[in-house]
Amino acid sequence: MKWFAIKMLFGDSAKFYGILLGLTFASLLISQQSSIFVGIMSRTYGFIRDTSQPDLWVVDADRMFVDDQKPLRDTEVDRVRSVSGVAWAVPLYKGLLAAKLPTGERETVDLVGIDDATLIGGPPRMIVGRVEDLRLPDAVIVDEASIATKLAVPKDLPVGESLRTFDPNADVPRRPIAVGDVLELNERRAVVVGIARTTPTFQNQPVLYTTYSRAKQFSPPNRRTVSMVLVKALPGIDIETLRKAIEHETGLLAFTQDAWSWRTMMYWLKQTGIPINFGMAILLGFLVGVAIAGQMFYNFTLDNLKYFGAMKAMGASTPRLLSMVALQASVAAVIGLGIGLGATAAFGFLIPGNRLAFRMIWQIPVITGVAVMVICVGSALLSMLRVVRLDPAEVFKS
Amino acid sequence: MSASAVRIRGLTKTFGTGDSAVHALRGVDLDALYGQATYLVGPSGCGKTTLISIIAGLLHRDGGELEVLGTDHATFRAGQLTRWRSENVGFIFQAFNLIPQLTVAENVAVPLVIRGESRRRAVAKAEELLEKVGLGGRAKAKPTKLSGGQQQRVAIARSLVHDPRILVCDEPTSALDAQTGRRVMDLITAVAHGPDRAVIVVTHDDRIFHLADRVVHMNDGTVTKVEVKG
Repeated sequence: MKWFAIKMLFGDSAKFYGILLGLTFASLLISQQSSIFVGIMSRTYGFIRDTSQPDLWVVDADRMFVDDQKPLRDTEVDRVRSVSGVAWAVPLYKGLLAAKLPTGERETVDLVGIDDATLIGGPPRMIVGRVEDLRLPDAVIVDEASIATKLAVPKDLPVGESLRTFDPNADVPRRPIAVGDVLELNERRAVVVGIARTTPTFQNQPVLYTTYSRAKQFSPPNRRTVSMVLVKALPGIDIETLRKAIEHETGLLAFTQDAWSWRTMMYWLKQTGIPINFGMAILLGFLVGVAIAGQMFYNFTLDNLKYFGAMKAMGASTPRLLSMVALQASVAAVIGLGIGLGATAAFGFLIPGNRLAFRMIWQIPVITGVAVMVICVGSALLSMLRVVRLDPAEVFKS
Repeated sequence: MSASAVRIRGLTKTFGTGDSAVHALRGVDLDALYGQATYLVGPSGCGKTTLISIIAGLLHRDGGELEVLGTDHATFRAGQLTRWRSENVGFIFQAFNLIPQLTVAENVAVPLVIRGESRRRAVAKAEELLEKVGLGGRAKAKPTKLSGGQQQRVAIARSLVHDPRILVCDEPTSALDAQTGRRVMDLITAVAHGPDRAVIVVTHDDRIFHLADRVVHMNDGTVTKVEVKG
């Protein structure tokens, strides 16, 4: 009977393709929108993930997320260092500044100042140059994603030179900003010495790395300039115990990388309409599945009800007929889900990562699969109800 | 052989309750013998379809006595009646009810597969039977590609493939022209005259009454006359 069930499903090609289209579209919408949602949310803590050396991140008690502007005094670094179990603690500067490009255009950049001595907190992967080049005068490292977009300069502008006048609306060919080009940060010279690959950030600003002391010079004068303190525990020290000790002794907040990432992501989730927007899109995908695939599958079963009735009269038990309906629903679900997820994966591969936030974690296919199964099981249950209630004597009514 | 395949006494069946109750059968007595074709005839709504539904085990009676192939359906436990039907009853429907997505042979094989035979064996048996009803060359065709008469022959093959002892036919010629209907009924009559099998035909079609061994006239839920042919 399984074979017959499959043939009945595939044989009604108009309805089968309709069901498939609905399920494919539903799983595509659900998985694609979920992947973009996860991709965007991942960008909120991309900087934290890029900075893998510290065990703990120590921040002001009011700091809600990684880009929050609630700096600490420099002396807090020493207080953290004095906590028993700390191997090292270094300051980190992170703030938004206006950068003046060689063309005179202004662009807001995310400036990261890392410890001068150890260079801890530096970019995760260098494409051009070395992190140590930050020790050169006025040195900054720029992120790869911005060099050909927001930081691009006219193609015929020689490296290291700047323009006195430039029409930003002029449609001139551009080249990526390169090592040797010079920016201005807060009226101070900043020379590009390297290009790094970083995780795209949520705000999508160009990221510039420099040393902590130079970041203080670039930024407007402020008594408090330490954005965060990066802490490494001594070998054998329990991280959770150290975290509590730092919080107890300094009155600051200390987070592991995971906890700090989570806090940052939750801030954006709570403070923005992103979850609602994506939730609506995902719900829409689900409803499309219900409206198209669910209804079509139900109609498919209704169309076949007289044949199920005939089989019931001929001695097919109700559980056997239900298993046929369940098999038809499962086959349609698996094929629709497979095509939908495949299309989402292809979409993710074809769109460059920096342009579109896309991250298909393993939970997304699982959730999409559950959603598609809910659609199919729901419509199958409704269909099954008709089969269960089917009076075999009905077959004699033409 | 002249023993009763079906023996019914005082059979009653009512649908609904109270003022809306419909008394479909009001004490029907009936005998259908092995080796004979018994025709149930009468106007629409006289209870013919209800009667064959009860005989075939598709409906339960409210009262009276019923013995089909020596057993009373009321003695069956849950599931037994379904199994009994799959083993003993063949159906020929007015609308054929052939599954359009399956081939002709697969349609004929359905009762065997329901009984638990493998698809391959069932289809092989179905193809043999299709040869006998003159449709050997159409085994792999879809039913929608066949004429009405051919479709009814497929339905006859399906009703016989599992060698049932009772064949229940509901208006088998109503969708067919006179000549095709005649050929179909010749086939069914030949089946009926086989040993150890009874055929019960519900029909309005007086052109085929002469093929019956026994004609049971019904009206308003009762048997009004029984004609036994020589």
